Amino acid sequence: MHRRGVGAGAIAKKKLAEAKYKERGTVLAEDQLAQMSKQLDMFKTNLEEFASKHKQEIRKNPEFRVQFQDMCATIGVDPLASGKGFWSEMLGVGDFYYELGVQIIEVCLALKHRNGGLITLEELHQQVLKGRGKFAQDVSQDDLIRAIKKLKALGTGFSIIPVGGTYLIQSVPAELNMDHTVVLQLAEKNGYVTVSEIKASLKWETERARQVLEHLLKEGLAWLDLQAPGEAHYWLPALFTDLYSQEVTAEEAREALP
Amino acid sequence: MDRFLWTSGLLEINETLVIQQRGVRIYDGEEKIKFDAGTLLLSTHRLIWRDQKNHVSQFSASVLGLESLRVFFSFLAKVAKIVVHLHPAPPNKEPGPFQSSKNSYVKLSFKEHGQIEFYRRLSEEMTQRRWENMPVSQSLQMNRGPQPGRIRAVGIVGIERKLEEKRKETDKNISEAFEDLSKLMIKAKEMVELSKSIASKIKDKQGDITEDETIRFKSYLLSMGIANPVTRETYGSGTQYHMQLAKQLVGILQVPLEERGGIMSLTEVYCLVNRARGMELLSPEDLVNACKMLDALKLPLRLRVFDSGVMVIELQSHKEEEMLASALETVSEKGSLTSEEFAKLVGMSVLLAKERLLLAEKMGHLCRDDSVEGLRFYPNLFMTQN
Repeated sequence: MHRRGVGAGAIAKKKLAEAKYKERGTVLAEDQLAQMSKQLDMFKTNLEEFASKHKQEIRKNPEFRVQFQDMCATIGVDPLASGKGFWSEMLGVGDFYYELGVQIIEVCLALKHRNGGLITLEELHQQVLKGRGKFAQDVSQDDLIRAIKKLKALGTGFSIIPVGGTYLIQSVPAELNMDHTVVLQLAEKNGYVTVSEIKASLKWETERARQVLEHLLKEGLAWLDLQAPGEAHYWLPALFTDLYSQEVTAEEAREALP
Repeated sequence: MDRFLWTSGLLEINETLVIQQRGVRIYDGEEKIKFDAGTLLLSTHRLIWRDQKNHVSQFSASVLGLESLRVFFSFLAKVAKIVVHLHPAPPNKEPGPFQSSKNSYVKLSFKEHGQIEFYRRLSEEMTQRRWENMPVSQSLQMNRGPQPGRIRAVGIVGIERKLEEKRKETDKNISEAFEDLSKLMIKAKEMVELSKSIASKIKDKQGDITEDETIRFKSYLLSMGIANPVTRETYGSGTQYHMQLAKQLVGILQVPLEERGGIMSLTEVYCLVNRARGMELLSPEDLVNACKMLDALKLPLRLRVFDSGVMVIELQSHKEEEMLASALETVSEKGSLTSEEFAKLVGMSVLLAKERLLLAEKMGHLCRDDSVEGLRFYPNLFMTQN
């Protein structure tokens, strides 16, 4: 009868087999990396070709940008992850959004004293367009949202709150929970809200409504109006109807153009 | 609305079309009138509104007659409008849609958008005053409609056809762009699949892949914008690019940091660095990933994350804890301070001022008074007295 498998010889044989397997495994990974490197070069060429034909389209056409972003998201690619990425370098999408990020930060900072760090997407849009000047590229609200989503990485409390068909953009790290958000959404209709309104629409107790409103006051997001008819009104400056009016007379227009 | 006159819409010789936009409604001042769906045309000489349903119905005003423009955005109305103030009509003006009106302005509502470009062109025409260099028939200049029987060199119909062709070509370009984009995306997806396959191989053989290979892999992911499937960490931490970037940041931020008391929020850094670069900007993630490497590379700056999530860059030599002693002094001197007041006194941003006060509170030096009037900090007498 032969002994099977056991013994120094068998162990050595097993070790050798394992070593060979490992070796082969490393070679496999190396192979794939080399393959990826090659494919990457090919992809870069394809992207360059695409850019030479359609780069302008992306710059000028907000709808095309949306399509582009959605397709990237579907396949699991983030063209805005890094300024060093191919997408950014060759299509120039990066610079467009990163610069927009800077402009958004500046607008929010400038208006913070007035609205406590809360602003509607519409107003942000107008102010950014104003800052960009008459001859800059058109920027859509979708562009703003994407830029803001990227800014979240900087840790300073940018967040996007849906209210009644549009969005509120928060730019300071104020703590806003579900209750606060719901009251903001309620206030969107008239720009202000009252305790009775909250109780009627949301079926809350007085105390809960009061706490939420106090918090909004504390954070500088709401202003108290004790002279309103009936009961106290809590106004949200972020929601004030924005009458953006820029008077351009013929003289000023002449001066503005180079 | 009494400053327009009926027109056949045919352009004069020397008059060229600048831009046109569908879906425009015109208001007499604030009042709605029946002209609710039209095409607005701007030429070098005139602004023309043409009814979409009835092309014969169209009227114009000479650009010379425009006094000023305003853009009107209303949050509640959700449709952008251009407000056009017009000079009063001359007494010999030809008949138009309105004999009289109490309003000196009209509003143009752009239901299908296009107002930005239109406004831009309109402002340009008002400034460039091309009608002065390109004289057309007397009748046009005097705000009268064109007289029948004159020879037209160019008809609105011809121009429309050209614009239609251009639109078709633009459409073709767009569909070609989409086609090319789809093909590109298919190739990009292949890259994603390949990276996943490599990642799973790496996972299976922890330690059998060299560091060099890991770095290579990470840089491939960075180029494509693919999240690292192995560690799920955000793109690019640990790549060469970010290491270089970290070193560059030291050079850029040293002086600004010293000017700002040794500490800056990451948002400030982002704006400062990108404004300085002008092109080839950094993404927020690029900045964060570079900053994460500052400590490891033993550079004179460091990244710090406060409890609130706020991220700052500090000089290594900056000791926030030492700043607390002076913060306590400042607050004690004034009795009590809010973040805004403290920020103003010390010359810091409100964001960082608040973080400092919160840290002081955490360390027990300050305590808070939280009321509807705001958050106010007092020296913590519970600690010091008795």
